[in-house]
Amino acid sequence: MKALCYVGTNKLNTERVKDPEILNPGDAIIKVSLSSVCGSDLHLLDGYVPSMREGDIIGHEFMGEVVEVGPGVKKLKKGDRVVVCSILGCGDCWFCQHDEYSLCDNSNPHEEILEKAYGHATAGIFGYSHAFGGYAGSHAEYIRVPYADKGCFKVPEGLTDDQALFCSDAFPTGYMAADMANIKPGDVVAVWGCGGVGLMAIQSAYLLGAERVIAIDRLPERLNMAKNMAKAEVLNYAEVDVQVALKEMTGGRGPDSCIDAVGMEAHSYGADYYYDRAKQAVRLQTDRPTVLRETIMACRKGGNVSIVGVYGGLIDKFPMGAAMNKALTMRMGQMHGQRYIPKLLEHVQKGDVDPTYMLTHKWSLEDGHEGYQMFKKKKDNCVRVVFAPSI
Amino acid sequence: MTEIKANKLSDFTKDDLHLEPEITGSSHINVGTTERIVSVAAGAALLYLGFKKFSITNVLLGITGASFVHRGLTGHCGVNDMIGRNTASREGVPVVVKKSVTIGKPREEVYSYWRKLENLPNFMKHITHVEPLDAGGKRYHWQMEVPKLGNKFDWEAEIVEETANERILYRTYNGSDVSQSGEITFRDAPGGRGTELHATIKYYAPEGYVGGGVAKMLNPAIESVVHEDMRRFKHLMETGEIPTIEGQPSGRENKNY
Ligand SMILES: NC(=O)c1ccc[n+]([C@@H]2O[C@H](COP(=O)([O-])OP(=O)(O)OC[C@H]3O[C@@H](n4cnc5c(N)ncnc54)[C@H](O)[C@@H]3O)[C@@H](O)[C@H]2O)c1
Ligand SMILES: [Zn+2]
Ligand SMILES: [Zn+2]
Repeated sequence: MKALCYVGTNKLNTERVKDPEILNPGDAIIKVSLSSVCGSDLHLLDGYVPSMREGDIIGHEFMGEVVEVGPGVKKLKKGDRVVVCSILGCGDCWFCQHDEYSLCDNSNPHEEILEKAYGHATAGIFGYSHAFGGYAGSHAEYIRVPYADKGCFKVPEGLTDDQALFCSDAFPTGYMAADMANIKPGDVVAVWGCGGVGLMAIQSAYLLGAERVIAIDRLPERLNMAKNMAKAEVLNYAEVDVQVALKEMTGGRGPDSCIDAVGMEAHSYGADYYYDRAKQAVRLQTDRPTVLRETIMACRKGGNVSIVGVYGGLIDKFPMGAAMNKALTMRMGQMHGQRYIPKLLEHVQKGDVDPTYMLTHKWSLEDGHEGYQMFKKKKDNCVRVVFAPSI
Repeated sequence: MTEIKANKLSDFTKDDLHLEPEITGSSHINVGTTERIVSVAAGAALLYLGFKKFSITNVLLGITGASFVHRGLTGHCGVNDMIGRNTASREGVPVVVKKSVTIGKPREEVYSYWRKLENLPNFMKHITHVEPLDAGGKRYHWQMEVPKLGNKFDWEAEIVEETANERILYRTYNGSDVSQSGEITFRDAPGGRGTELHATIKYYAPEGYVGGGVAKMLNPAIESVVHEDMRRFKHLMETGEIPTIEGQPSGRENKNY
């Protein structure tokens, strides 16, 4: 089959590889219909998530059709059209039983790497480095999905593939961000980053009762989407001082909840940016925490900071004093998709949210490398490039 | 690390079999917390270097000059020592490995699967065969293959003491390839979390290797093998399968990257 493989930092190549096979009883094989790029892949490609190996198939946000099931699979059958959670949860361990699927104890076959790096291993993720299991990713014609009964969700009749796709990763991530933000009626929520994840966080914040959502980015096309499609008020951090603007917009209080939907490769105009970049380049710091610092400074006293932008290692100049003395609640994590996906498919079906607008480009797998370059450089108003292996 | 003055299996005394069941926390970790966090940080750098060795040098040289290069490189060496060779011990001295894992299943179920030693090859990566030698189910013949050493090892072991659903104490016989004694305990985890499995294994390098470099090489490996086997046991008990990616496609099939 055709598959998009990592061959080195910022280098991808579409190659011919063998088809996947069932390896464990709970596995299914999915014929991929759509597979999206995600901001998390950029951290991999830029070399900030170690333990990628040359030849690894990348991609984790996807959907398709079940073509084969292992003997342990009970709920799925051939022909089912499913959207698949990007993070693997076994469904049986203590964490999965507590709906914390991304902390699964059983789905990562290479636990020793994360045990060394983080103290404990977390769940496997498709196409997301060997530290996270080394599973072959979804930018391919077929993919093997372990724990298929737990990770595959049937797409309701009447939904198009384009509508359902982002229930795999971007929507549950944005929704979890809003869920962790502990939103109460009347709350003002600020969201940093208007990529797929940030846009879904804005819409989810409204679903969970936010009165106002303020979105922050610098790319005009994304701010337009945040405004027109997701109904947020927007701030362009290239034009305004975000800290000052947020105070003004909230009568001096600051937002009740602040969401970081940017993560470790944040961009900024401040002096701290060059400091962070220099340290990151020589690995004295692995992540650039510009946005994280901003969320903490902006957040109202006693408010909530919710982090879904990914961090990989160590950060520097963390405003712990502000977080502690303002008594902030901070929550974070890779998303627990299995907990949210059924509900999100319902929201899409009812028309509460239609994430289709984020699908700005539908390309062939052959164009994988170019697709990622465009997405990385945010060219041509790209929000998400989606590969359709059938093209 | 607990060291015992003995270098042959026949020197095991009854006392040796008394492996303190409680982990004290300090017995074999000899770096402080700060150092450990630093070693983790450097560990990330090491992983990163392994994965991008050529360009990192350029970045180091290009951006920040010699002082950073020095820090980067010395950091690198420190890590290498810390994560690679921290458990190397004096030759001829037994190594004690302690590991524990929590399994979300009732104690009786966990114990009875383990106690049927013929099951162990189902999850112990290098154990190829365990076969009972007596009707009483106390003595077993074990076989292990370690492909990296290009070797098969054989031994006979005996369960010296056992309390159903709680504890198994075993040792190998004189003259076996492998000399070890071990204690496996099973306890209820709090709050309905299932069973805590604690393993304490006292291990001597295979006969013939004692005094050679192989023992040194093997000791840290043993610790990670024991840990991995215990995790694999947990995976099997909780989900009925052991996660794997062996046999999946990748671009490596075509090329020698
Ligand atoms: N927690 C999870 O489970 C999970 C899942 C998916 C993605 N993610 C993470 O979410 C983050 C966003 O993903 P995405 O797909 O939307 O990525 P993306 O690259 O499409 O979007 C990131 C956006 O952040 C903006 N940005 C950069 N610096 C900023 C700053 N200082 N202030 C405000 N905005 C800034 C960029 O302009 C861009 O629009 C990534 O870190 C990704 O790894 C996490
Ligand atoms: Zn993602
Ligand atoms: Zn699990």
